[in-house]
Amino acid sequence: MTSPLQQKIKISGPSIVTANRTGDGVVIYRTGEKSWSARIADASVVRNADEARALLSEAVADDVGAIGAYIAPVDVIEGKIEPGNLREHIRSEGLTIPLLPVPA
Amino acid sequence: MYAYDEIDRTLVNERVSEFRDQVQRRLSGELTEDEFKSLRLMNGVYLQLHAYMLRIAIPYGTLSSPQMRKLAHVARRYDRGYGHFTTRQNIQYNWIKLSELPDALEDLASVGIHGMQTSGNCIRNITTDQWAGVAPGEIEDPRIWAEILRQYSTMHPEFSFLPRKFKIAITASENDRAAIKVHDIGLRIKKNEQGETGFEVLVGGGLGRTPFIGKTIKEFISHRDILSYVEAILRVYNQYGRRDNIYKARIKILVHELGIEKFAQEVEEEWLQMRDGVLALDDVVVEDIRSRFSYPNYQKLSDNPDELKAAAADPRFAMWLGNSVAPHRVPGYSIVTLSLKPVGMPPGDATADQMDAIADLAEKYSFGEIRVGHEQNLALPNVAKRDLPALWRALDKIGVATPNVNLITDIIACPGLDYCSLANARSIPIAQELTKRFANPDLAKLIGKLHINISGCINACGHHHVGHIGILGVEKNNEEFYQITIGGRADEQAEVGTLIGPAVPYAEVADVIEDIVEAYLALRARPDEVFVEAVKRLGVTPFKERVYATR
Repeated sequence: MTSPLQQKIKISGPSIVTANRTGDGVVIYRTGEKSWSARIADASVVRNADEARALLSEAVADDVGAIGAYIAPVDVIEGKIEPGNLREHIRSEGLTIPLLPVPA
Repeated sequence: MYAYDEIDRTLVNERVSEFRDQVQRRLSGELTEDEFKSLRLMNGVYLQLHAYMLRIAIPYGTLSSPQMRKLAHVARRYDRGYGHFTTRQNIQYNWIKLSELPDALEDLASVGIHGMQTSGNCIRNITTDQWAGVAPGEIEDPRIWAEILRQYSTMHPEFSFLPRKFKIAITASENDRAAIKVHDIGLRIKKNEQGETGFEVLVGGGLGRTPFIGKTIKEFISHRDILSYVEAILRVYNQYGRRDNIYKARIKILVHELGIEKFAQEVEEEWLQMRDGVLALDDVVVEDIRSRFSYPNYQKLSDNPDELKAAAADPRFAMWLGNSVAPHRVPGYSIVTLSLKPVGMPPGDATADQMDAIADLAEKYSFGEIRVGHEQNLALPNVAKRDLPALWRALDKIGVATPNVNLITDIIACPGLDYCSLANARSIPIAQELTKRFANPDLAKLIGKLHINISGCINACGHHHVGHIGILGVEKNNEEFYQITIGGRADEQAEVGTLIGPAVPYAEVADVIEDIVEAYLALRARPDEVFVEAVKRLGVTPFKERVYATR
């Protein structure tokens, strides 16, 4: 499997590093404190390829805590981090569909 | 139902123990994700957008009531209370935790079900007609042969690392409900002039990025030789199939590039060397496996009971009866399809409560047996006609009696971008919108048989190529667009649909489908000319003109 670090990193705007938590698969975001958060608001935003590579490197190094780390685009609007595409919106906010009613 | 023996149980239990150890080593960091990935995939565990996804095999689409209850239990205890039945007669759970997976698999193993070979480059779950064993006119029960192939292919050391995944489907009816022409190997059970049972063998069918309809490689092969012939195909594929390019690795590409004649010649040469070896099927072995299938003790019942006559006055019951109930090979019985396509809901999903209720109803009305079809519906295969009114009331109560089987709202859809890490666009919201647009059962009935299949990416898990109307999600400049094809079909006359024109944006898909349907209603030669026949007669042009005239 090709490591994400072996791929050429090109970013065109503010970006973050995201992955899934190993134990339960929950979507997580790499923070500036070298850890992970389930809230996109806590994500560390990078703005050039070198910063992105550094953030991704430390994320990938945490193979026990996270799986499938990659760089994803975001929009930063008045300081608030928003997912930069539909896929990331769905990962961040959940399904866009109603489900069959399941009793609590 | 097939009765598993001690060997089967031991194999499944040992696999659960092995996987439990692998999961623990992964969680402790002893195994890296690179090391673990192929191990989890061998047990049907994927990573999707929000969580791990567990795919469980339902061999040849047959479930007992206790197995269905266990699927419900897993949905309730380890997931979010529902499961998704797939186009390969499997079930998927979308929210399962890695740390709890071994417990879930152990619970499933207690009723003989597992996730082995539901992923990876191996021979996948062998699928067949969901009406196997009960369909009128069937040559014989194809599940016998599916089971023989299952036993042969399970953990087969030579075929555990093929160039790419490998799918086999079998039918024994003239009407192909197993979509054999879009499988890597399709088998049609037939009899030769001497009355001997054998198979027509098709090879090289498949959907995905490069769709092909399977070609007949052998008009008739004796049942004695079916394993050796399948093995010869697999050996040729294993040797020559491309491993350098994932997009060209399926057998369909090899068959296409070599040509069916050359491919057949290679297979024949391989087969002649081994046809009389250990894979030659002894009738004693076949009969042993056949004897492990139990069949209902059918009673002699009226084919037109009073209960049915009385209930037919209820128009809702009459509509369901006409739509969802099919003839059975035994007089007095019926096959009942349970629609998992309620208006406005995700196709193929069932809640744990529904699964439990269906398991109970199967015990009460269908000798404890349930089937899963590739169209993402369920079936009760053995319902006495006198019980149909009572069963309908019960099914209606739990939301699986929508009378839309084979109609425009009986949509096949992959999970799409709401769940899937491969998807480019959403499938389920498109399906939901379409079921709302065509919710009126009288309208759906007027339109008649029409299959809409939706895939959220080119991998085609929603079988869009062979939908009468196919919808394929693509991404353009960060927006969801959808290509529309028409004229595809997955049955015995399988064809790949034709693209009608440029992709349309998400918001316009339902309008486009309405335009196509309106054009069909205006142009069909007679009310019983079904959509796909009208497209064949007319070509795509009138539909294209209708769709793009104002766009």
